[in-house]
Amino acid sequence: MTWQGWAEIAFTLSVTIALGWPLGLYMARVWTGQKTWLDPVAHPIERGFYALCGVKPDEGQGWLGYASAFLMFSGAGFLLLYLILRVQGVLPLNPLHFAGMSPHLAFNTAISFVTNTNWQSYAGESTLSNLSQMAGLTVQNFASAAAGIAVAAALARAFAANRGEKLGNFWADLTRVTLYILLPISLVLAFVLLAQGIPQTLAASVDAKTLEGAKQTLVVGPVASQEIIKQLGTNGGGFFNANSAHPFENPNAWSNLIEEIVMNALAFGVFIAFGVVAFARKEARALVAAAAIIVSSAAALIYVNETLPTPALVHAQHVVATPNMEGKEVRFGAPSSSVWTAMTTGASDGGVNAMHESYTPLGGGIALFLIKLGEMTPGGVGSGLYGMVVMAIIAVFVAGLMVGRTPEYLGKKVEAREVKFAVLATLILPTALLGFAAIAAVLPEALKGLSANGPHGLTEILYAYGSAVGNNGSAFAGLTANAPWWDTTLGIAMGLGRFAYAIPVLAMAGSIAAKPKLAPTAGTLPTNGLQFVLLLLGVILILGGLQYFPPLALGPIVEHFQMLSANR
Amino acid sequence: MATATLAAPGGNSSAVSGTTLSGSIALSAARDAFRKLNPRHLASNPVILATEVVAALASISTVAAILSHQGWGFALQISLWLWATVLFANFAESIAEGRGKAAADALRATRVTTSAKLIVDPESGLTVPTPAHKLEVGQVVLVEAGDVIPADGEIVEGVASVNEAAITGESAPVIRESGGDRSAVTGGTTVVSDWLKIRVTAAEGASFLDRMIAMVEGANRRKTPNEIALAVLLAGLTLVFLIVVVTLVGLGKYAGVVVDPLVLGALFICLIPTTIGGLLSAVGIAGMDRLLKFNVLATSGRAVEAAGDVDTLLLDKTGTITFGNRMATEVIPAPGVSDQAAMRAAVMASLADETPEGRSIIDLARHAGVTGETPRGATVIPFSATTRLSGLEAEGQSWRKGAVDAVVRNLGLQPTQMPAELAAAVDRIARSGGTPLAVSEGDRLVGVIHLKDVVKPGVKERFADLRRMGVRTVMITGDNPVTAAAIASEAGVDDFLAEATPEDKLRMIREEQGKGRLVAMCGDGANDAPALAQADVGVAMQTGTQAAREAGNMVDLDSDPTKVIEIVEVGKQLLITRGALTTFSIANDVAKYFAIIPAIFVVGLPALGALNVMHLGSPQSAILSAIIFNALIIVALIPLALRGVKYRAIGAQKLLTRNLLIYGLGGVVAPFVGIKIIDLIVTTVHLA
Repeated sequence: MTWQGWAEIAFTLSVTIALGWPLGLYMARVWTGQKTWLDPVAHPIERGFYALCGVKPDEGQGWLGYASAFLMFSGAGFLLLYLILRVQGVLPLNPLHFAGMSPHLAFNTAISFVTNTNWQSYAGESTLSNLSQMAGLTVQNFASAAAGIAVAAALARAFAANRGEKLGNFWADLTRVTLYILLPISLVLAFVLLAQGIPQTLAASVDAKTLEGAKQTLVVGPVASQEIIKQLGTNGGGFFNANSAHPFENPNAWSNLIEEIVMNALAFGVFIAFGVVAFARKEARALVAAAAIIVSSAAALIYVNETLPTPALVHAQHVVATPNMEGKEVRFGAPSSSVWTAMTTGASDGGVNAMHESYTPLGGGIALFLIKLGEMTPGGVGSGLYGMVVMAIIAVFVAGLMVGRTPEYLGKKVEAREVKFAVLATLILPTALLGFAAIAAVLPEALKGLSANGPHGLTEILYAYGSAVGNNGSAFAGLTANAPWWDTTLGIAMGLGRFAYAIPVLAMAGSIAAKPKLAPTAGTLPTNGLQFVLLLLGVILILGGLQYFPPLALGPIVEHFQMLSANR
Repeated sequence: MATATLAAPGGNSSAVSGTTLSGSIALSAARDAFRKLNPRHLASNPVILATEVVAALASISTVAAILSHQGWGFALQISLWLWATVLFANFAESIAEGRGKAAADALRATRVTTSAKLIVDPESGLTVPTPAHKLEVGQVVLVEAGDVIPADGEIVEGVASVNEAAITGESAPVIRESGGDRSAVTGGTTVVSDWLKIRVTAAEGASFLDRMIAMVEGANRRKTPNEIALAVLLAGLTLVFLIVVVTLVGLGKYAGVVVDPLVLGALFICLIPTTIGGLLSAVGIAGMDRLLKFNVLATSGRAVEAAGDVDTLLLDKTGTITFGNRMATEVIPAPGVSDQAAMRAAVMASLADETPEGRSIIDLARHAGVTGETPRGATVIPFSATTRLSGLEAEGQSWRKGAVDAVVRNLGLQPTQMPAELAAAVDRIARSGGTPLAVSEGDRLVGVIHLKDVVKPGVKERFADLRRMGVRTVMITGDNPVTAAAIASEAGVDDFLAEATPEDKLRMIREEQGKGRLVAMCGDGANDAPALAQADVGVAMQTGTQAAREAGNMVDLDSDPTKVIEIVEVGKQLLITRGALTTFSIANDVAKYFAIIPAIFVVGLPALGALNVMHLGSPQSAILSAIIFNALIIVALIPLALRGVKYRAIGAQKLLTRNLLIYGLGGVVAPFVGIKIIDLIVTTVHLA
């Protein structure tokens, strides 16, 4: 641990969180259809889109309509992507002549990108044509991010409504978020990354001569355009297998910083926009604080764990102040890898600049725990916000009773229906995660994919399903997942984690919208101060802890104690 | 705070009073606890039902172990404690119900089979003896002194004093008469003097007494909205922990540990919220019971819960905020008249005035040392709505008092001809919310009496408390806006509705509800009925009309309108108790994990011994201690569930901090201590 390391972590996180404000205020304008400075360019395109597709942007949808549109859009995206991946061999822009994917891999990959997970059971540079990367994956990088943000916008409108029925128009939300937020930011920053040295070409590869004089073929492609939305949309699916540890995805400290900031800033922005639209700016700030505290503490804990010398080294009297560098890029070192790891697992991004598999037990365990908390710190764009709101509702319900009133959140009474949908949404995570993990842990076919035995192998399993259910997409890299069992079950887990969570949330939004918006009284539990932040943190950590303590104990925790006792 | 208790007839008030459990209730509750083991009864409580299923499975495995001559001591102990958990939860519910049943039995004893005098011919008043249970709605019966009123009804003719001790516990008879707001009578009460003709309004089985018995007994108790929401959450948690425990089989197998199903069952029961699950219904019943102690009957648990949520409280000024009658506080003499003379004139004008206001003038004068006596042969000028004055005439002298303009006009003057000092005094009194009365002696205006509505002591503090609870108080009065404003500010209410008609009340309630607020009010008159029905919490006075009693969802047997405040507190207490027990229950799980997880896995993965932070004796004693703690905590918390967590009007934030520290943090810490102590005992006596 060095002060420079701490400073880097603090700087990265504070800039990211601070950027949430301007982004959020702007996003709120986009959600509410107000004028923006992009109107001269984007508005005609928006109108054209609506005319072309027959969308009536002012025609609000009830929760069922909104949810159906969301499902239909994702379903269509899945089918299209599945098709492209299967038949890429006969499609153009395939300079390296890759064949189509196997059915299970195409299923896994398609659902992965549609659900904003971007779990990759394949290595991009040796599997995918440029067309698949651009027209297949990158399109879904935009679309899945925009769909997630749309659901968050609908939830915000539900809280703003007073005995309302409509949650907005999904198609309009999708169009506006893409056109006014994702595309322009990606366009600008793609050029910045390009300037940092990230390739953007339709060529297949370049040849380089190494220092020893050998010829090396380096795969290139349209990387910059995919790299930026990969981070901005909390997708995380890299062009290359090594993801952002690859020099062509992440060439230097600047690109690293930009990618880190971009991977969380927009998700924080959704929190702020939610506050503006739901008339709950202070309350949204409390949610930001809770998310920021968790992700910052996680970054700090990972950093501590990744820089403490392991007992084995101490025993061997190799007491040098070197951090655990296994699996880390020398270019980035422990601090940058630690903060990135916390941000990517807190954000359901899943892009990595170091291999989590090689972290210390607790360092990797914290990343695993962040994923298991349900991706809300700050989570995926949109999905993080609604995950956090669900937790806030549970927190308000349990603790709020203790002030002697039917609990309210943001002026809406939390009653049986809301609790039912919140519980339903949160139930899907442990069910899918633990259910699949427990089967995989005893299934020989599944165990073949592991690279390690003992607790570390269990962590690989838990991490994979956690990553899938949480729509994170990062992997404990040791797992070889391109096999029918893993591809299929992870695909199902991703689908459940996305839709079996978002649909109850939308149903809850429908119920919330229909309620009268109440003004707070002296008897109402305030949900904007330090007290609420601590309460929310307590609920998130205790509920998360209670659900996952046994598997964590059998994975990273026991591995940690084994490591400590190994040389006694 | 009211301390009245619902009394059984004959002044035996022991049936329901007191917070301590009488032995007989505990005994019958214990018996009941076993009867409630019937799974059909537990169907509505998934947490306890799950516990029972696990207990049954554990018992089967114990029997299997005994038959196959394996070690069964541990399995037997686990099974017994699991059954104990279910029994303790049942016992908690039975205890709560038992207290209600005792009250109901006391009420039932008052139901005597009476013979009613059914009037068959209204012309001649001919009556036919008819058994009370054969009476039909709409029939008219005659009740004479000494008779028990055979059914609920409305008085159509007559005035009588009625002993309502059977219902209210109050032995002093009350006057009931036809017309007005005191025309309702209740079956089971006794006419002490005179007679009444009553039109039956409720048939046998649907009477007020019947409904009361049903309510108290909890026979028609349905889950309240908040209970349903909480039950959903608890069921969700139960499912989550079911998944956690079941998947532990696979994860454990991976780690090379075959987990004993019995231990998994124990872990499952420790994790699911048995504490709140076991006490939830007791908390609800106890809430009704606490209301009963205030002599308030709620028709549903829903109403009690709504009381905790009340945002706006409509209070009638008269009787609730003020003493109900205006009192003379000063007499201002006209210029040139001495204080004594003015006071004497006021007394003379009031001698024949039997109203409380008139009495208060004489009281005031007596304190000032002025007394008067009615001269012989005096003529009383009674008050009438047209003259709006009253007085006395004797020996050529005349005294009048009344509304200022009426008295002035009676003297043949124009209001503008009043002395400036008096006009100023009248103005000042009116502006302060008082009522000015002019007094004349002969043809001279001698002074002005200041009648004031006196605010009850302590109400201002109560309203401040309510404000801190987040409850807005609105005073309803028929007074003019000026008077209303003055009293409102003196009493510290948040708002007032002046010159209010019943329609205004109803409109106001609808408006408040339109803003999403919950409204509570109390009322007694027939014209209050629509508002009582509209309000979320409508407290009808027992002395009120039948219509009002039907419309409200609570009945106050003491007919004390200030009681609405206690009702709100009871409602809040109910919700707080639920929240506190839920938080405590969930927080407990942390320690249980630290007890059981190392115990399960330490053999296969010795490194996990590091998680045994409590240093429990052995894996078996750790598991047994956790399950014992889990069972005993239910018993330990029964008194809290019945009594309720104390409500303090200190504002939501402070209250939450307080309760979070006690039940949240306390809930995390307590089981660490408790399990450790139990483990020491278990290890010492070699139970495991």
